[in-house]
Order: sequence, then C-alpha cells, then structure tokens
Amino acid sequence: MVQRPGRFRFLRALRDLRVHGLLSPQDVPLAATVGVLLALFAACAIAFPGFLSPGVARNLLVGNAALGLVCIGMTFVIISGGIDLSVGAAIGFSSILIASLVQQGWHPMPAFGLALTVGAAGGATMGTLIHRFALPPFLVTLAGMFLYRGGALMVSERSITIRHPLHRTLAEWGSGPVPPAVVMFVVAAGAGFVVARWTRFGRDVYALGGGEESARLMGVRVAGVKVRVYAISGLCAALAGVAMTLATGAGNATAGHLAELDAIAAVVIGGTPLSGGAGSMVGTVAGVLIFGLIQEAMPRAGVTNSWWFRIAVGGLLLGFVLLQRGLEGRRGQ
Amino acid sequence: MVDALPLLEARGLVKVYPGVRALDGADFTLRAGEVHALMGENGAGKSTLIKALTGALAPDAGEVRLGGRVIRPRSPVEAQRLGISTVYQEVNLAPNLSLAENLLLGRQPRRLGLIDRRAVRRRAEAIMAGLGVRADVGRPLGSLPIAVQQMAAIGRALDLDARVLVLDEPTSSLDAEETARLFGAVRSLAARGMGVVFITHFIGQVYEVCARVTVMRGGRVVAVRDAGGLPRLELVALMLGVSMEEARAIERAHARAGSSAEVALRARGLRRGRVGPIDLDLRRGGALGLAGLLGSGRTETARMIAGADRHESGRVEIDGRSVPTSPPRRAIAAGVALCPEDRKAEAIVPGLSVRENIALAVQARQGWWRPIGRRAQRNLAERFVRSLRIATPGVEKPAGELSGGNQQKVVLARWLAAEPRVLLLDEPTRGIDVGAKAEIERLVGDLCARGVAVLFISSEVEEVGRVCDRVLVLRDGRAAGELSGEGVTVAAVMRLIAGEGERA
Repeated sequence: MVQRPGRFRFLRALRDLRVHGLLSPQDVPLAATVGVLLALFAACAIAFPGFLSPGVARNLLVGNAALGLVCIGMTFVIISGGIDLSVGAAIGFSSILIASLVQQGWHPMPAFGLALTVGAAGGATMGTLIHRFALPPFLVTLAGMFLYRGGALMVSERSITIRHPLHRTLAEWGSGPVPPAVVMFVVAAGAGFVVARWTRFGRDVYALGGGEESARLMGVRVAGVKVRVYAISGLCAALAGVAMTLATGAGNATAGHLAELDAIAAVVIGGTPLSGGAGSMVGTVAGVLIFGLIQEAMPRAGVTNSWWFRIAVGGLLLGFVLLQRGLEGRRGQ
Repeated sequence: MVDALPLLEARGLVKVYPGVRALDGADFTLRAGEVHALMGENGAGKSTLIKALTGALAPDAGEVRLGGRVIRPRSPVEAQRLGISTVYQEVNLAPNLSLAENLLLGRQPRRLGLIDRRAVRRRAEAIMAGLGVRADVGRPLGSLPIAVQQMAAIGRALDLDARVLVLDEPTSSLDAEETARLFGAVRSLAARGMGVVFITHFIGQVYEVCARVTVMRGGRVVAVRDAGGLPRLELVALMLGVSMEEARAIERAHARAGSSAEVALRARGLRRGRVGPIDLDLRRGGALGLAGLLGSGRTETARMIAGADRHESGRVEIDGRSVPTSPPRRAIAAGVALCPEDRKAEAIVPGLSVRENIALAVQARQGWWRPIGRRAQRNLAERFVRSLRIATPGVEKPAGELSGGNQQKVVLARWLAAEPRVLLLDEPTRGIDVGAKAEIERLVGDLCARGVAVLFISSEVEEVGRVCDRVLVLRDGRAAGELSGEGVTVAAVMRLIAGEGERA
C-alpha cells in the first residue's frame, strides 16, 4: 500500500513516535484519547478550584455510569464491524418494564433478571437476523429501536415510581460511598477489557471486524460471534436501564432517548474506528470520561446552555475521525 | 520412483453450471512430498477443481480421497480440519490483527482460560522461523509486505497440521526475491512430506519448484507429466490445445520491430517523492522495458509520464516540445496513454459494457460534446474483440463479468482505439493466462511495427526480454542501468536489479 505523507505536522509527529517503536500503530488512537482526557482534566483542575475533589470524581462516574455501560457493549459491536442503534430504546424498555413489574408486586431482583434476559435475547435475535439474512446492522437495529421504544410506551406512557424497600435501599446507596451503578460500570468495563483482550471470543470479534470472509476462512464461527456481540450489547443496555431506575427511583419509557448516538460518539472518541477491527475497552472508558468531563466543566465555566455541550462533543468527534483517517495514511479520493 | 499411495486423490469429478461443464470427469492425484503444478488457461477448470478439493463447492459426481479415505468437506474450514489448507492469491487473513494472532487465531495457547499472549508470541516466532522468515510477529499483518503475509498464510496452514497445501497463484504479487524465498519454504515443506498443489500463470516457476504437472483444458485433465520430461513449448501447446508448431509461432510471434532513432517522448529529471530523477527516451517503433523490484519506482515513473501523478521536478517532451502532462487530460491530448497496473480499480468500469469501455478513450479525445454514434462504437468494439480475441459472448456484456485476462484486453483495446503515439503499459500481463499473455506480447510487437512508442513494465524479466529492444532497470527509485539489443538478457537484467553483489 502506498503510504502518503500526512497533512498535519501533529500526525507526522505521532507517526514518528510509532516508527521509533515507542508507540505501536494500533495504540496511536488510544494514546490520542488518553492524551485528550488528561489534558482536559489538567485544564479543568487548573481553571476550576476544587475540581480535584473526590466529589467531582464521584459525580463524573455516577453521572455517566449508564452511558458507560451502554458503551461497553457498543464497543464490541463496533469492533466486530457492526452498529447497534437499539440500545437507547432498550434502556427505556428495561426501565419501564422493571417499574411496571414492581408495581404489579414483583420483587425487584427477578424484575431486573427478566429485564436483563429480555435485553440479551433481543440483542441475540437482532444478531441472528443480521447474520442469517445478511441484513445491514444499521437497519435491523433501527427496527429494534422502534420496536423497543414502541413496546416501552405500550407498557406505560407515564413514568412509574418504583416503591419497594430493596429498590429504595439500592437507590440510597447511590449517594453513599459505593453507588451500585458505578460498581456495575466498573465491573462491566473490567470484564469487557478481559474478554476483548484475553479470550478467543474477544479476538474473534476483532478478526470479524477485520473482514468477515477472511474470518470465516480462518475458522471463526461468524454466526456465533455476531449473535453474542449483539446479545452483549443488549445486555449492557438493559444493565444501563437498571442503573437508570436506581438513579431516578422510577421507570420511564423515554429513558435513554438518543443514548445510542451518545454511545457511538463516546466509543469513537475512545479510539474505536467505526469501520471495525480495532479499538479497546480502555479507550472507551476514556471516551466516556471525556464526555463526562465536558459536561462537568461547562457549568463551571459559566456555560449553562446545553447546546455548547453538543457543539463540543461534535467538534471532538470530528477531530477524532479526522485523526483516525490521518493515521491510516490515506485520504479519501 | 515407486508410486506411493497417493495423499490426495480425486476421481471423475463433475461440476455442471447452467450451460457449462466446469469439471467434466477430472482426475487428480497428489503424492506426499511433491510439489505439483496445476496448469491451464483461465476457464480450464483449475479453480473449480481446487474448490471441489477444498470444500468451497460440492461436486455433482466423483469422489475425493485423502490418505485413502473418502472425504466430503462442505466448507473450506472443514477441509482445513481434515488437513487441506489453501493459500489464496489475495491473502485471506485479518490485516488488523498482529502476525502472531493471525497464525494462531482460534488455537491461541491459554492459561487459566485466558489467552497467554506471551506464549502466542513465542509460538508464532517459532512458526515463522521454521519458514525462514524474520518478521516482528507483534505488528499488524496489514503493515507487513505481501510476501510476509503470504508466508503467514502458509505458516497458519502448517500450524493446522496441514497434509495438503494448495497455493493458488501465490506469487502473482511478489517480486523475484520474495518468490525465491517462498519457493525455498515450499521445497522444505515438501521435503517434510507435505503435498503441495501449486497454481501459477508463470510457466518458468513450474520448472523451478514442481516435480509433476497436471494440465487441464475444458474441465478435463489432458495430461499428467513429470516436469522434467515436459518441454516448455509442449506445456504451452497442451494448455492451449494447439499443435507444437502453432505454439512455437506464438512464442516467436513478436519478431522485434527495429526501432528508429526518432525519439517520440523524452523525459528528463522526473522526480516525485523518493522516485527520481529519471531520464528516459521512448523511441518511435520501439519498446522500452522498465524492470526492477516492486517498489523500485516503475509504476511511479509511468504515472508521472502520463500525468496521473504530478512530477515535482523535471520535464516531459513529446516530439521535441515540452508538454505539461498533468492533468492526465493534457497527456491524453498529446497522444500518451497509460494502461495502469490495477485494472480493476483504475481502468475497467465494471458496470459498463465492453463496447462502452472500449469507446471511452476515443470519446474522451473527441470531447464529450461530440458523442460517437452507437453503431460506430459497436463497430469499433467488435473490431477489437476480434483482433484481440477477447472472449465475450457479445460487446454488450458488462466488462466486469469477463475474466481477468479479458478485462485486461478490454483496457488495452480502449487505448489502442485512441491510437496513441506513446503507450505506457504497467504490468499488462499480470495474473492472466498464458494464451492471453502471448497475445498481448504479440500485440506490443504489432504496435511497435506501426510506429507506436511503448513503455512496457513487467515483473517477469523473461517477458521484458522477449518484448523489449531496450530495458531500463530501476533500483530504489533511480536508474540502475540500461541495456539494449543483444545486451538484453535475463542474467544481465537480474544483475542490475540485484545491484551486482551489493545487497538490494
């Protein structure tokens, strides 16, 4: 392949690092993400007194645990070369499902269990359809999004408050030292990290993202990998739904509105290219934290309008996409 | 040699597609420890036979035995498990994963249920060392040279304990040195008792590595011979299904047209990036060969001359007048035509018909505001389909559906139709079959006879020697030397490519 010189000095500098063996090429997007995260954090620490407090770090994690959970699953999907648009609606569905079941007298634990099962099964179904009929993931999960959201609204259009002692206890822990949502996120991220890096399934996901036909010829059971990847994503979305009910003490059919797009943005900012085959869980966690940091920093900087947050994310996303293109060493024709 | 029990044996394989008997009772026998060439023109049934052996398709009749046992692999993966591995022309591995992971995907050594990354690395290094390749196994496969990727595919097959290795045109994108290394590995594998099926369009390579040759034509096996007892000419005759005399005529077809001293195109000090400065003269009625390893700057030179890439310094003169050749439109107007290397990506418009593809350049020269009538296009296309013997049911067939060799002929026809004064051919015979190759070589001779100045790029040194009266050898982006007339010999070209003793 012809390597053309990059357009930007910054990219060239990064590539020099790479050439000198200090940074392997796969790690460059990750390094950029972590670099941005650290720079952002340092800037905030300097600009806003009191930013370096446990309270802020807590807020950061609590406020983004649900998004983070969705991103773990989304990372697998995107590495495999797919996309999952159904996750936001899946959050809404599991949230309202849990609330409605508890309202009807269920104990929260089996309600959580059922929501997680539905999430995983829904994802597995979409994965099966995508593989069996060679359908574009974009469309199948788009359909899933409509089905989940419609189903959620069918359960209840209005938000349902969850009244159960266990749920209240868990929700109260949310403001204590060990917030359950954060525990879920950290455990899921750790598990995701290990699975992606140290299991045959994880490596098969990367191989699939590198090229389906090649993966098949190398003996990867493509069907199984795809089904599991979407099942993981659905499971993560349902977990995020559980986290949402704990945070709000209620179930809401519109919970997780546009969360799929936030998740895609965070994963891409985390250094996972949308084309698949590369990326890492560490990057995704960094991407989620960047997301959270911006949100955290804006009000302190006196910016209260939410559109500035969107604009910052949009700019960052664009920057990262250009960075990735630059590192590939070729430009679109 | 006593005929040992065959390792892989196919008997009476039949595969019928609507309208074609792709395999018509083909037999094939592979012994353990031999490298066996499978030869034939495009469409002779080689690919279908290979697919039937490797599980990519199920034959309608006949049976395949591996080590005496009947096998019916239903997929390439199943064939792999049985011990038949295939290395395709396009490497079918994951470019995004490291070389080590590619070698061991699905069989990574584990500890406590998790992949032992260090053990993966160690084992991968051992596999590559066994093949005589030194490469950083931690690097992503896609960043390594094609030759190493090819070796990785072989290494993967080895680690799968393959007993039969099928190499489907593995050398078509390798340069001479890489090919030699591949052959070294193949020989040592055969010596260890593996049976290797080798498919190639390069006849010379058959004699380099293969002990026996199976020749196919029209879905049947027409000959199985020891390579030692099969003269090259007879092999060509068998493949084409012609008599020895006709084959000889094809080989001799390009009697060299004596080139005049008149310079049609003169390039001085062309430079772009790491290629250059390059000086060269293309003479009216002469063919200048451009030889060198992959990456020596052959393609870049042709692209600069044709204006496909802008040269950073230097100039191009046509008929003594300096001409700006960029954008390519200017070069085309001056009578320069480039037939690029990657015909799929850069030249053939697969969705357009053969007729439209051929008429493109003529139309471009005339200007788009003066459309050529459909009938005129038809006549033009039919004339070239006849004269170049393009195998197509009709000129309205989409060009993308033709075989590789025929696509290449369509691209050639396009530029010939525009009647260029200078024709730059970048690897025009790469990956096409022997018959088409001979025709293209002959065609270059005809063009020279009509006074066209030709630049001919090829990785096959023998071919450059056959076609060209002068050869410019490039090395690392610079001219390493020029040969002409009697001095154009394979040995002399190779010496220049290698840099006479110094390591390239």
